[in-house]
Amino acid sequence: MVKKTSSSGGALPFFVGFVAMLFVGWWAFPRMLFSEVQQPIRFSHVVHVEEQEMACEDCHFLNEDGSFNGIPSTASCAECHSDVLGEDPDEAKFVEQYVNEEKEVEWLVYQYQPDNVFFSHAAHQGKDCTTCHPDVAKSDTPPTYYQNKLTDYSNGGYKIVFGRGVGVDPAYSRGTMKMWECERCHAENGQSNACYVCHR
Amino acid sequence: MSAFKEFPIRWGMVIDIDKCTGCGACTVACNKENNIAPQPQQLERIAGKGFPTRFKKLEWLTVYELSNGVQGSGHDTAYLPRPCMQCGMPSCVSVCPATATDKNENGGIVSQIYPRCFGCRYCMASCPYHARVFNWDQPVYPDGMEKQLTPNVSVRSRGVVEKCNFCHHRWMYAKDAARVAGEDPNALPEDAYIPACAEACPTGAIYFGDVKNPEHKVYELIHSPYTFRLLERLGTDPQVYYMSKREWVRRQGDNYLENEAGPVAHGNGGLHG
Ligand code: SF4
Ligand code: SF4
Repeated sequence: MVKKTSSSGGALPFFVGFVAMLFVGWWAFPRMLFSEVQQPIRFSHVVHVEEQEMACEDCHFLNEDGSFNGIPSTASCAECHSDVLGEDPDEAKFVEQYVNEEKEVEWLVYQYQPDNVFFSHAAHQGKDCTTCHPDVAKSDTPPTYYQNKLTDYSNGGYKIVFGRGVGVDPAYSRGTMKMWECERCHAENGQSNACYVCHR
Repeated sequence: MSAFKEFPIRWGMVIDIDKCTGCGACTVACNKENNIAPQPQQLERIAGKGFPTRFKKLEWLTVYELSNGVQGSGHDTAYLPRPCMQCGMPSCVSVCPATATDKNENGGIVSQIYPRCFGCRYCMASCPYHARVFNWDQPVYPDGMEKQLTPNVSVRSRGVVEKCNFCHHRWMYAKDAARVAGEDPNALPEDAYIPACAEACPTGAIYFGDVKNPEHKVYELIHSPYTFRLLERLGTDPQVYYMSKREWVRRQGDNYLENEAGPVAHGNGGLHG
């Protein structure tokens, strides 16, 4: 009988290769898939919410026709920021480049949904914003926006550890809501999961 | 078979054929509201190959011309706008292998979820009203037109089926407006929700509302002796109703043979519910 010997040197090369593959799959690949984008202006919610004691609804309100105002326009920010009020260089940048130029800021929306999704803020008024959104009210610097290079959607912002979004790090956005998340909440609250409740 | 549910709200459309002049404003309004791109390629294809147009042109609401077939002074014409009937028993739903189309929401509107549809077109084959159309081409909007798209309606890609959905998004926005105003979103007043075609019709031939709500005009109208539905004898239980005082129109609405009796002017045919 011929004794079988490994020609490649036993378990060690296997182990090294295994670790290398894990490294590629869990660490390198996700970084290739997402580009990190920062908001055009470092908007501080902390300054507005804690120092100026503004409520979420002061800027993010429902319109009379039932639609949601979303992110305020440059014009409504300019109601206070027609001139530079503080020391912050980003505020100065905002006033110079957007208010004076009458330009809208291209804010990155962490929860941006595809075209065929219908979401009603009016129907979800009773919910806490952080049920779906990252708790940006406590952020001084907006979370990094991880943009999927293939789909353009935010990943979103889950801290990418070992190739997967792990946990929900408050410093990161929760990212685009997935269909199963909407469906689960609807089911738990006895709401309809009919196609047209969320699609258009 | 009663596989389909009854819903507390039943959105219904009543089209008065005697008021319709065949102007086509409803079709234009529908195309604009629902982001249907102009299709020069399709029109060329139809002209070149003589394909039956009903299978080729993207249009959710088609106006058909009816004739009583009489020559000379007795001749009469009528126009019949045809959206999706939102059938109570929709054959399109039971055949869909992808559950891309369903009748599962209060209001009874038959849904169509475009990204889920893989374009087998079973539903088109099964629909007795030719209400469904297929995207043979990627939509191309002429320069500047993309700025006029309705943001409330998603744009469909090539390879999926689409159809009229009673401008469902308008219902959603009407409900939101009611919520903000502190009213009951499930008890909308007359005309709070109205599809684009009904809104655009210059003669007011298209009535729209909840046929189960006595406060809505359509509640009365569907019980008129002149009201009928298309191909009623198939048992599809449509939510679109037609009205005409002309008997020949009502007879054509259900393909009555020349020497066949009926239809009796009796309202909605007893198939309701
Ligand atoms: S074409 Fe689309 S909607 Fe129609 S039956 Fe096939 S998958 Fe379903
Ligand atoms: S008219 Fe055709 S497409 Fe509309 S519900 Fe009936 S079977 Fe389906």
